[in-house]
Amino acid sequence: MSTMTAQTTQVYSVFIKASPQQIWDAITKPEFTRKYFYGSVIESTYEQGASYRGFSADHSQAYMDGEIVEAVAPTKLVTTWRALWAPELAEEPFSRVTWEIAPADGGVTQLTVVHDELEQSPKTAESVAGGWSFVLSGMKTLLETGEPLAG
Amino acid sequence: MFKALADPTRRYLLDRLFERDGRTLTELESELEMTRFGVMKHLRVLEDAGLVVARRSGREKLHYLNPVPIRLIHDRWIDKYTERRVSALVDLKTQLEESA
Repeated sequence: MSTMTAQTTQVYSVFIKASPQQIWDAITKPEFTRKYFYGSVIESTYEQGASYRGFSADHSQAYMDGEIVEAVAPTKLVTTWRALWAPELAEEPFSRVTWEIAPADGGVTQLTVVHDELEQSPKTAESVAGGWSFVLSGMKTLLETGEPLAG
Repeated sequence: MFKALADPTRRYLLDRLFERDGRTLTELESELEMTRFGVMKHLRVLEDAGLVVARRSGREKLHYLNPVPIRLIHDRWIDKYTERRVSALVDLKTQLEESA
């Protein structure tokens, strides 16, 4: 994959056997995020204009930051996004992450993450490309089994 | 999902989206010797399998490769110890095929 240019609009989607509210909680409550989001404790008041920040579990390292653009519980969350886990990523401008939660048939909910506005942030685009699949797979496992993914 | 992947045209469509995402039906169709209807049918199968997600952008419908279902397969059968051996073999295959 190293020879490819990472996409500037990335779309990730997964069906989860859970309610929209459960998925909203998994996105917005740090006690959940640390179990599937590379151990990140993600903190925000989820009001428009509020800061959105992720840290390592002991708060010693900042993983990402941004701002809440739009928050409509339990269906849509839009934030700006800057990766802080490597210095060369922190130098790139903010991109945008949109979480969409839509009920489907049979007690299943579709969660879609769109990471876009990455045109000026090629290193971030490349760095997050595999990560979102891991995050969504981890959230699905956590919500459906109550246990985080091993590893 | 495996049924969706079992067809060469559908794998070709995924390869095109892997190169560059967010393509319209017209763009995808132009690279295939196939009717618009035929390409639509294949895209529909890929969408039903969750491998392609279509999103509206203005008047256009753009198609994106969704890697999550493949990740789910990975996470189900490959643990973190096996992963290192698997990726070593994949790297070896890539290297040998590139130098061939």
